[in-house]
Amino acid sequence: MNFNFLHEFGRYLILMKTMFAPPENARMYWKETVRQMNDIGIGSLGIIALIALFIGAVTSIQFAYQLSDSFIPAYYIGYIVRDSTIIELAPTISALVLAGKVGSNIAAEIGGMRQKEQIDALEIMGVNTAAYLVGPKIFAGCVVIPMLIIIAAGVSIVGGYLAAVSSGFVTATDYIFGVHAFFVEYYVFMMLVKAFVFAFLLTSIACYKGYYVKNGSVELGKSSTQAVVISYIFILLADYVIALILT
Amino acid sequence: MIKAVDIRKSFGTQEVLKGVSATFEKGKTNLIIGRSGAGKTVFLKLLVGLLEPTSGGIWYGDINFLNLEKSQRTDIRREVGMLFQGNALFDSLSVEENIRFPLDMFTKGTKKEKDMRVNECLERVNLVGSNKKLPGEISGGMQKRVGIARAIVLDPKYLFCDEPNSGLDPKTSILIDELIKELTIDNNMTTIINTHDMNSVMEIGEKIILLHMGELAWVGNKNEVMESENQLLQDFIFASPFLQRLRTAFIKK
Repeated sequence: MNFNFLHEFGRYLILMKTMFAPPENARMYWKETVRQMNDIGIGSLGIIALIALFIGAVTSIQFAYQLSDSFIPAYYIGYIVRDSTIIELAPTISALVLAGKVGSNIAAEIGGMRQKEQIDALEIMGVNTAAYLVGPKIFAGCVVIPMLIIIAAGVSIVGGYLAAVSSGFVTATDYIFGVHAFFVEYYVFMMLVKAFVFAFLLTSIACYKGYYVKNGSVELGKSSTQAVVISYIFILLADYVIALILT
Repeated sequence: MIKAVDIRKSFGTQEVLKGVSATFEKGKTNLIIGRSGAGKTVFLKLLVGLLEPTSGGIWYGDINFLNLEKSQRTDIRREVGMLFQGNALFDSLSVEENIRFPLDMFTKGTKKEKDMRVNECLERVNLVGSNKKLPGEISGGMQKRVGIARAIVLDPKYLFCDEPNSGLDPKTSILIDELIKELTIDNNMTTIINTHDMNSVMEIGEKIILLHMGELAWVGNKNEVMESENQLLQDFIFASPFLQRLRTAFIKK
C-alpha cells in the first residue's frame, strides 16, 4: 500500500516535471489553453453561481435564525455571511464542485485519448504529450478557477442578502452595512491562495489519473471517479494546512 | 532502412519477444505477420519507440535509436508517420484539422501553404470534399484514409501501419493496401505494416516477417509464400481447408 502510494506519487511528480518542457509551438499551446479556459470557466459558471447563491442564502438564514433571540445586532448577518463565504465556503465548496465537474471531465477526456491511441499518435508526431495535454489544462485551471471563486464569493453574498432581506430577518441597509463592517483584506488573500492551490490540485490530479489510465471502459470510469475522490481528499487536506499556515 | 537486432521484451515474468532480429528495407512494403498474441503489435511499438525493449538494438539508418536522448528521438519521430489500428483521429477536429495538426505544430508555413498541403494529401487519398466533416461522420475506410493523409502530411521517411485493414470490407481493404504501396514507392519510404490480412500478404508483401510465439519464424516475400515448406507459415497463411486446397492446386499446376 505504502509502496503503491510512493509509486503513484513519484509518477505524478515526473508528469509534473515533464510538463515544464519548452513547447514545440507556443501558438498551438496557447490555442489549447484558451479552449480549456473556455471549457472550465464558461462551462462551469452557471453551476458555480447557482450553488454559491444557495450557499449564501442558507448561511444567512441559518445565522439569522441563530441570532434572532440574541442581543447581537442584525447587521452581523451580512458580516458573518461575507467572512464565512470569503474564508471558507466560496473557495472550498466551489473547488469540491469543480473537482466533480471539471476533474472528472479532464480525466475522462485524457483517458479517452489514451485508450483511443490519440496520445500515442501525438507522441509519434514528436509532441511532448505531458506538456501539450496536461500543461494547458493546469494553467487554464489556475487562471480561471480563482476567477470563478471570486464570482462565487460575490454571488454568495448576494444570495445571503436576498434570503435574509426577503425573509425579514434584516433590513437591506443593515445587511449592506454588515457586509462592509470589519473588513479584513487579508481574508481575500487567503481565499485567493486557497483558490490557486485547489485549482492546481484538482486539475493536476485529474490529468494524472487520465494520463495513466489503463485500457477498458471500466478502467476509464474508475480513473474518473478516483480523480474526483482523490481531489476531494487533497482539497480538504490543503484547506486545513492553508488554514494552519495563514491564520 | 530500419534494423532490429536481437530484440527482447518482457512484461513482468512473461517474455513477449525472444530475440527478434529483422531488417526493413527502404522503398518497400515490409509486413510483419503472425497469429494474435505472436508479439506483432509489441514489436511495432518497440520499433516506433512507444515501448522500450528489455534488450536489443533498433537502428534507423546508421543511428541506434535506443541510445538517443529524448530530444534526439523526437527529431527521428518527426520523420515517422503512423497509421493506428483504431485510426487515432482527434474526435473534436474535422478531417482537415486532423491532417493539418502536424503542420500547425511543426511547420512555419503560411495558412495558404498549409491549406495547399492539406488539400494535396486529401487528393492523394481520394478524400477531396470531406474537409469539414468530423471523423464520426465518415466511414471506417475513409477514416483510415484520413489517418494515412495525416501520417504522410510531413513527408515522412518511415511509415508504420498497425492493422490497416482491420474492420474493413475486402474491397476497401484492397484500396487501402494499394494506396499504402503507391505512397511507399512515390515517397521512397520504409513502410512497415503489421497485419494478418492474407490479401495484403499476397498483394503487397515485398518483404514478410512471420512472428510466432515471440520468435522470428520465417522471412521471405509474397512470391515465396506459396512454395515455402515452413509449417508455421503454412498453418498461418493457409489456415482454412479452402485455402489449403487452393495451395495444393497451385502447386500441382
